[in-house]
Amino acid sequence: MRSQTLRKIRLASQVIFFGLFIFLLIKTEFHGSLRSATTEIRLPYPVGIFLEADPLIAFCNALSTHALYHGLIWCLLILVPTLFLGRFFCGWICPLGSMNHFFSNFKSERKQGLQRIELNRYKKWQTLKYYILVALLVAAAFGGMVVGVMDPISLAVRSLGLSFLPGINYGLNAFLDGLYNSKLGVLRITSMVLQFVLQALILSFKQPYFRQAFFLGLLFIAIMVLNLRITRFWCRALCPLGALLGFTSRWAIFGMEKHTEKCHDCNRCALHCQGGDDPVPGAPWRKSECHLCFNCVGDCPEDGIKFKFFPGARDTVDRPQLQRRRVFAGVAAGVGLLPLLRSTSGFAVESDPRLIRPPGALAEREFLARCIRCGECMKVCPNNALQPTFLEAGLEGIWTPVLVPRIGYCEPTCVLCSQVCPTGAIWEITPTEKIGSSQGDQNKKKPVKLGTAFYDRGRCLPWAMATECIVCEEWCPTSPKAIYLHPAEMADGQGIVKTVRQPSVDPERCTGCGACEHACPVKDHPAVYITSIGESRSETNQILLRQGGRGKG
Amino acid sequence: MAPSTNPIVNPEPDSASRRDILSKIIRVGGLSAATVAAGLWLRGRSRRPEEEVAITLKPNFLVSADSRYPQMVVVQGEDPRALVRKALESLGGVRRFIGRGDVVVIKPNIAWDRTPEQAANTNPLAVAEMVRLCLEAGAKKVRVTDVSCNEPRRCFQRSGIASAASAEGAEIVLPEEHLFRQVNLRGDVLGEWPVLEPFIAADKMINFPIAKAHSLTGVTLGMKNWYGILGGQRNRLHQHIHESLADLADFMRPTLTIIDAYRVLIRNGPVGGDLGDVELKKTLIAGTDPVALDAYAAKAFWNIAPETLLYLKLAQDRGLGKMAFDLS
Repeated sequence: MRSQTLRKIRLASQVIFFGLFIFLLIKTEFHGSLRSATTEIRLPYPVGIFLEADPLIAFCNALSTHALYHGLIWCLLILVPTLFLGRFFCGWICPLGSMNHFFSNFKSERKQGLQRIELNRYKKWQTLKYYILVALLVAAAFGGMVVGVMDPISLAVRSLGLSFLPGINYGLNAFLDGLYNSKLGVLRITSMVLQFVLQALILSFKQPYFRQAFFLGLLFIAIMVLNLRITRFWCRALCPLGALLGFTSRWAIFGMEKHTEKCHDCNRCALHCQGGDDPVPGAPWRKSECHLCFNCVGDCPEDGIKFKFFPGARDTVDRPQLQRRRVFAGVAAGVGLLPLLRSTSGFAVESDPRLIRPPGALAEREFLARCIRCGECMKVCPNNALQPTFLEAGLEGIWTPVLVPRIGYCEPTCVLCSQVCPTGAIWEITPTEKIGSSQGDQNKKKPVKLGTAFYDRGRCLPWAMATECIVCEEWCPTSPKAIYLHPAEMADGQGIVKTVRQPSVDPERCTGCGACEHACPVKDHPAVYITSIGESRSETNQILLRQGGRGKG
Repeated sequence: MAPSTNPIVNPEPDSASRRDILSKIIRVGGLSAATVAAGLWLRGRSRRPEEEVAITLKPNFLVSADSRYPQMVVVQGEDPRALVRKALESLGGVRRFIGRGDVVVIKPNIAWDRTPEQAANTNPLAVAEMVRLCLEAGAKKVRVTDVSCNEPRRCFQRSGIASAASAEGAEIVLPEEHLFRQVNLRGDVLGEWPVLEPFIAADKMINFPIAKAHSLTGVTLGMKNWYGILGGQRNRLHQHIHESLADLADFMRPTLTIIDAYRVLIRNGPVGGDLGDVELKKTLIAGTDPVALDAYAAKAFWNIAPETLLYLKLAQDRGLGKMAFDLS
């Protein structure tokens, strides 16, 4: 009986942690308070806790920055118990693992029972993840956080937060609209009730849109579909966090003891095995592969498998069995990766002028040494302004955040992205630091500058079409305004001379927030646009002698 | 299997029976008939998609004129709440405007992500006091709403208006996407535009702007505040701002207009940001003639001659009010 209880507790743990993960992901959104004006605009929940507790992210952050950013210390919550227990995180907590677990169940036991048992036996290809881990750690040590692409928590936050949740939001809204527009009164009322309920639970205030959402979603679906062939293929063969915890579990004092004297070789213990760690008789138990799911304990009809502290070491392989050559290959891949990625013209030589980083983002090299592409900053941005890059920051910088003012501008006093960033790629700043101190202040601090606005005079209404406009000046949030107007006489199409106010930019005052670009009525290809030049995070990407680079060359 | 000795039953066991053939023909024939019918039916339904039909309506929020009371009052004092009370008393009391069971919409300026001290949005205390007065006069519901420029939730929170007004019992309506209706404004330059529903579903309408500088019209006062009923790409309105303002003022003839001039954004409007741009005027202007109110405020705070403001002239020509103000 006890054996079944353990399994139920594990299932409950998976459900609870997955629920918590989704809850926090949904709450990674600004809601505001209509009850109190002075409530600080911060998120009330520790939405990044799963990322911060992720030992792989912490390891790589430490390797690339020689320090540990703020909340990453929470990784000890997972790391220390793993030292004692083994890979309990994979079987009990990991949200991606739980989803893999769930989708692994869609295989017929009656038709494919024997095949399943065979597939659940330990395979040599399971060591692939260790070599991947080695490569990622080495790359991190050289200052490249490509680990974010494969880290399971980062992957789950990115895929679900930027692709699935927005998709669900779209679908639900379309459904509610359909109900609301129906001619039946009952359906109309149902839609209003549902709207109210769903708004409280899951619906976003505004429909979020993300570039590459389809692609990100498809990758995620592919990972899930793999489970229909091989149980937890991702966890067994690819997951670098699983590999790290596999290494760590080597010293665990908790483990399996097989009582083979009771065994009738039914092999049921392997039928639901998650890790592919060989609980079967006649083969050693692979400690580094075991997720501690306890399915084998429950499935054994003879009660012949026991998990206990200080188990007998017989029939156990306590560490991953790696080939030295392949480890070297992993190291070589890690060493070679960054030089290869950076020998094309990237951030060092020429950068995409539209690569506008969020406020608080560190200089590009430091930024790439931290950003894990989890997408939390994009999810939380109230204006949907932050989007995942494709190649704007080079292949190395794929899925890192870029501000797209056409979609949304950067709200002057909002610092939510810097609050949620788990690794300090967007270093935490306060609203006061962001807007700088006001004019009269003695020790005047400059505002955080994301870039500079430029006019395309061929498209600007007062410059090109003798038409009054000034919307960009109206929206400009700096004081005095960075956009100033100058009256000019222009002849219109009928030859009538009119006076219109033509806008220009003062590059010293402009913070590059993008409000002008966002508000420009020339919607498709705006007449005023931001490029990254003058961004405060860079010493080299500057135009003005006085302001740029603090006087450096 | 041995060949059948009985040719009548079935000479070749592998071939279909007549019954089989018949039923198969009926099936495939029926299906193809249904397919053809469906195709023809769908073809008959083909129409060029029509655009969303706009509602045509003319809201009426006006109360009858009363010669015992002035059309406009200007009050000054320390407390924004007391200013609202004082102004309403001079205009004949709130019951002159708000009746029992009325659904009242108050339209402050909640356009920007700014705090009350920065004076880019209407004074929250003044708005709250107006909510209280309306409910006291027996209004069934008081809604406070605006279509913000910046992120609406931030604007509603940081302006202090949402919390102050809801504390007095107002319903705060955020400008959510599904709350817009396509309305034909039938103006000179404004045709079909998305309008936030509460603005066309009310008994009484109180326009409650704040006085600010604006580079295009010189000032943004009462009539400019009606920009905030619209969704869509309203940044195009600036191209014919005076005509747009007149169109909007013609469409939305409010029960009452109150211009908050407690703090006035004298420069760098309408967004401001620096406290140095704000001047403390401790004034409130209220009345039933929106043209006179705007004319007075332009003259009083920026010394702009009302005759130079084209939109005021257009509004006057349409009979929306008189530029000449009388403060006797």
